[in-house]
Amino acid sequence: MKILKEKLFQVITYAAALFTIASLLGIIAGIFGRGLPFFGKVSLPEFLFTNSWYPTHAEQSFGAWALIAGSLAVTLGALAIAIPLGLGSAIFIAEIASSRLREIAKPVIELLAGIPSVVYGLFGMAFLAPLVRQWFDLDSGLNLFTASVILGVMIVPIVSSLSEDALSAVPHNIREASLALGATRAETIFKAVVPAAKSGIIGSVLLGFGRAIGETMVVLMVSGGAARIPGSIFDSVRPLTSTIAAEMGETVMCDLHFQSLFALAILLFAITFVTNLLSEAAFGKRRHG
Amino acid sequence: MKPRQTLNLAATLLLGSLLLVTALFLLLFLIRMFSLGGSVLSWEFLTTGPRNAMTQGGILPALVGTLLLTALAMLVALPLGVLTAVWLTNYGRPAWLVRLLRIAINTLAGTPSIIFGLFGMALFVNFLGWEVSLLSGGMTLAILALPVIVNNTEEAIRTVPPEFRDASLALGATTRQTITRVILPTALPNILTGAIISVGRVAGETAPIMFTATTFFAKGLPSGLRDDVMALPYHIYALMTEGTHPAAQVPIAYGTALVLLLMVLVISSVAIFVRYSIRRKRQW
Repeated sequence: MKILKEKLFQVITYAAALFTIASLLGIIAGIFGRGLPFFGKVSLPEFLFTNSWYPTHAEQSFGAWALIAGSLAVTLGALAIAIPLGLGSAIFIAEIASSRLREIAKPVIELLAGIPSVVYGLFGMAFLAPLVRQWFDLDSGLNLFTASVILGVMIVPIVSSLSEDALSAVPHNIREASLALGATRAETIFKAVVPAAKSGIIGSVLLGFGRAIGETMVVLMVSGGAARIPGSIFDSVRPLTSTIAAEMGETVMCDLHFQSLFALAILLFAITFVTNLLSEAAFGKRRHG
Repeated sequence: MKPRQTLNLAATLLLGSLLLVTALFLLLFLIRMFSLGGSVLSWEFLTTGPRNAMTQGGILPALVGTLLLTALAMLVALPLGVLTAVWLTNYGRPAWLVRLLRIAINTLAGTPSIIFGLFGMALFVNFLGWEVSLLSGGMTLAILALPVIVNNTEEAIRTVPPEFRDASLALGATTRQTITRVILPTALPNILTGAIISVGRVAGETAPIMFTATTFFAKGLPSGLRDDVMALPYHIYALMTEGTHPAAQVPIAYGTALVLLLMVLVISSVAIFVRYSIRRKRQW
């Protein structure tokens, strides 16, 4: 009886673990199962590299290049904001700030990481976009620039908290050795501490990249939504995620348009999967030395 | 001043100002949300439904919808996640399965939430025929929360000193008894705080529920698991992008956002505070 209970408990936990694995496999099967048939009708190079996303025209065409460019542009824009702000804050908190400021800053950053993206989207749409329109005298404030700013601020907590962890993990004797050799604090930070924390910092930036390229609500609300390759930072863009979110409602179950959105999801999944692997490799290197 | 010292001062000021810019932007954001949202907030706003084509009234159905979706998701994800972490930390054999599980957890944790939404739509809504419903949305959110809960629980279990486990086994307790009576109770506060933080995240998600659970307007409160629901995050999005009177909907969107923001911030700050005080008080 006792042995039976033991075995039963073990089997239950085993089943839970298998379920967790199965949910990933289920997601992969669900996305690929509906997206792969699309490539039977539209070739992969045409899908990736032509710039003509007209899924609802009589003469349908599914060239997603403008959407890919939109995703990359918004994500790089967000990183251009989040890397200086996040990394600068992290360095200041880890290396310069008093321990009291540090004790306040860490939980506050953690809290900020939990703010729902739709709330940032609202802020971008109702507050920042009209300001941007006014400042730069544009027709619309819903564009690449506004979306990048909002998305950038949104991923600052990710970049800064993980970079801060990496900086704090650098052994103290590296700092002391550098200071003892007569280096100033700034020289110590930039020539000794930051290089030592490099792989953790790179990992945090990669995670920020993954989060930004997969984020839906901010870009759906703020990026404008025109499926063109942006020519300036004030152009409207339509990233992958917002295309899926905006167009899913218009599709008919299992028509070509429906399948094309799952094909976009495969692409998005592949991008975040690779980003994930790279950031894990970066963090793993830090742990081992 | 020597040039090196000037450079040092300049670098310090630059780093400080980057932190300041971040803090000021977030402060502006919070002030904006609180002042505009606060002017709409009232008891009536929380306890009545929308009226007059979404231009008046409150958000009760959305509030209830979000609470139900989150509760359902946690009800499913918490036991599954905890049991997965128990297997991972206490049984964890064969090794290849552990490696596969880790890949699965890491991949799930990094997958964009819109993909969970598509998956939920494909599996729960269409394939299983649950339609756009509380059940479909709750299950989708449960899978989204699963990797976070597994990771948190694993970390919590690893903070239990190995002596506790050894002592329990030495006293003749079985592995199951050691897990259920020693390890899990000791790790429980940490497991729960991790779970509470993920509650905050789940409550604020929009993309996973927009095809699986939500509707812009529901007449009353949901009466069962198969009903579609309103939800706070989706309500904000819908108020800003749909409807017939955009100008009149913006204040309500701000009010809804403040309610959601307060909910998430209060829930997570409680968890963060509890976790910090546990760390300080720990005796082992």
